[in-house]
Amino acid sequence: MQFWIIQTLNSVAFGGLLFLLSSGFSLIFGLMRIPNLAHGAFFMLGAYFGATLVEQGSNFWLAVLGAGLGVGLFGVAIERVFLRRLAGNEQGQVLVTLGIAFIVADVCLLVWTGDPVTVPAPAALRPPILVHGFAFPTFRLVVLAIALVAALALYLLMERTRLGAMIRAGVDDMEMARGVGIPVSLLFTVVFLLGAMLAGAGGTLGGPILNAYPGLDNDMLPLALIVVILGGAGSLLGAFVGSFIVGFLYNFGIALFPDFAYFILFLPMLLVLVFMPQGLFGRVQL
Amino acid sequence: MKRMVPPALGIALLLVLPLIVTNDFYLNLASQILIYGLLALSLNILLGYGGMVSLGHAAYLGIVSYTCVIVVGAGYGHAVAAAVAIVVSTASGAVFGVLALRASGLGFLMITLALGQIIWGVAYRWNDVTGGDNGIRYPARPSPFGLSIADTPSFYYFTAAVFAVALFCIWRLTRSPFGAALRGTRDQPRRMRMLGHDVWMIRWLAFVMSAFWGSVAGLLYIYYNLFISPHAISLQQSAEVLLMAILGGASTLTGPIIGAVIITLIKNVVSTYVDRWNSLLGAIFVVVVMFMPLGLVPGFRHLWERLAARGRRPALGADAAPEAGA
Repeated sequence: MQFWIIQTLNSVAFGGLLFLLSSGFSLIFGLMRIPNLAHGAFFMLGAYFGATLVEQGSNFWLAVLGAGLGVGLFGVAIERVFLRRLAGNEQGQVLVTLGIAFIVADVCLLVWTGDPVTVPAPAALRPPILVHGFAFPTFRLVVLAIALVAALALYLLMERTRLGAMIRAGVDDMEMARGVGIPVSLLFTVVFLLGAMLAGAGGTLGGPILNAYPGLDNDMLPLALIVVILGGAGSLLGAFVGSFIVGFLYNFGIALFPDFAYFILFLPMLLVLVFMPQGLFGRVQL
Repeated sequence: MKRMVPPALGIALLLVLPLIVTNDFYLNLASQILIYGLLALSLNILLGYGGMVSLGHAAYLGIVSYTCVIVVGAGYGHAVAAAVAIVVSTASGAVFGVLALRASGLGFLMITLALGQIIWGVAYRWNDVTGGDNGIRYPARPSPFGLSIADTPSFYYFTAAVFAVALFCIWRLTRSPFGAALRGTRDQPRRMRMLGHDVWMIRWLAFVMSAFWGSVAGLLYIYYNLFISPHAISLQQSAEVLLMAILGGASTLTGPIIGAVIITLIKNVVSTYVDRWNSLLGAIFVVVVMFMPLGLVPGFRHLWERLAARGRRPALGADAAPEAGA
C-alpha cells in the first residue's frame, strides 16, 4: 500500500514538473509552429543555475526565481538573435534550436563537470509529513502545489487577459491575427520568454528530485515531445492532462518495469497518433 | 558518354584509395566516411527528395546492430543474423513511418525524434539484453562468400562495394518515376493529390526505403565497430547524420557524401585535440542553417556557374560596348 501511495505521489509531482516544462513547449509550438528542441537544455540549465545559486547561499525559492529569470532572458536572446532572422523558415528555426541545445549541453558539461550536482530541498520541507503512519515526502507535495498554481495562473493569463487573447488568436489563425493589428512577432518573444522561464524555474524546482546531471536535457526533451503529441499542440489543457499521463506512466514504468520505462510511453503515443492525430485537446495540426 | 565520367572517376577513386592511403588509421577513417555517407544518403531520400526532416535516423543503426548481436548470440550464422536484422529494422521503419506520417511538417520531426529516443531508452535500460550503458560486442566480422574482411583494406573494399551498390540504387531511385513523384509530393502535395497520386503512400514508401538503406549502413556499422552501445544511437548521432546531409546539400545526390566526408574528418581531427565536439557540432548547425541553408554542393555549383558566366561575359561586353557608344 505504501508503495502505491508513494509512487502515485511521485507520479503527480513528476507530472507537475513535466507541466512546467511542456506548457511552454506547447505554447511555443502552438504560436510559432516550431518544436523548440532547446527546451530540454533550458530545463537542465535551470537546474544548474538553481544549484549554483543555492550553493552561493541563496534561498531556494529565490534560486527558483533567479533560474527562471536567467533562462528566460537566455531564451529571449535566442529568439531575438537567431530565430527572428529565420522568420518564415520554420525548418531552419528548429535546426538552430537543436544546435543551441548541443552547445548549451556541452557548455554545462564544461562548467559544472560530468558529476551530478545536487540541489538541496529547502530545510523546512525535508522532514516528511506523517498522516496515519504514512510518510509523505513534503517537498513533492509542494512541487505539485506549485505546478497547480502555475497551471491556474497560466489559465487565467490565457483566458482572462488581453495578452492571452492575443496569443490564442495567434495560435488559431496567425494571418488573421496579424491582419487585425496584433503584434504577433512581439508575441513570439513573449511566449519564448514565458516558456523558457517556466522550463528554467521547473529545472531548479525539480533539482531536489532529479538532480542536475549531463543528459538531463535529453531525458526531459522526449518527455515534453510525448506530452505534446498526447495532449495536442498549443493547448494548455492538453499539456496539463498529457503531463500527468506521462508522469504516471513514466514513474510507474520505472518502478515496475525499469527495463521498459521509455517503451511504455510508446503505446499511448501510438494509440493517440493512430486514432486522434491532433492529440487529445490539440488546437493546431501537428 | 560524358555523363559516365563522374561515376567512373568515383569508382576509380574508391578502388585506388587503399593504394595511396596505406596507413590503417586513415583507411579505417575512409571506411567510416563511407558508412556515414551511406547513412546520410539514406536519410536524404526523406530529407532531400521527400522534404521530410527526420531526427530519429540513428534508430535503424541501433535496431540492426542490436538484432544482429542478439541473433548471433542465439547461435545462428552471420547471414541469418544480417537478414533478420535488416528485415526487423526495415519493418520497424515501416511502423515508424505510419506514425510519423500522421503529422506533416515539423510534427513529423517531433515524432521521429520521440521514436528515436524511445529506441535509445530501450537500448539504455534493457540491461539483460542490450548490456545497458556498457553496450555489447559482436563476435567477429563475417566472411561473405568465403572472403575474409577482417583486416583493414579488405573491410574497406567490402564497405566500398556495398556503398557503390547502394549509391547506384539510390541514384536510380531518384531518377525513376517514383523519384519524380516523391519530389512532386515535396513541392506540390496538393497538385500531386489532384493528379491522382497517393501522396501518403509515396511518402511512406520513401520512408521505408530510407529505413532499408539506413539499416544496410547499420549493418556495416556493426561489422566495422564490432560493438554497439546506446551512445551510437543517441539524438546526437541522428543530428550528425542530418547535418551531413544539410551541410553537403540535401537537394543533391552527392551532397550527403561530401557532408559525411567533412563532418567525419572534423569530428576525428577535433576529438584528438579537444573534448568539445558537441559545441562545435552545434555551432556548425547554427552557421550552416543561418548562412548556407542550401549546403555546400549547390553553393559551390552556383559559384562555379557564376564564375563560368563571368568568363564568357567580357566577350558579350565587348560586343555591347560599341553599341552603347554609338
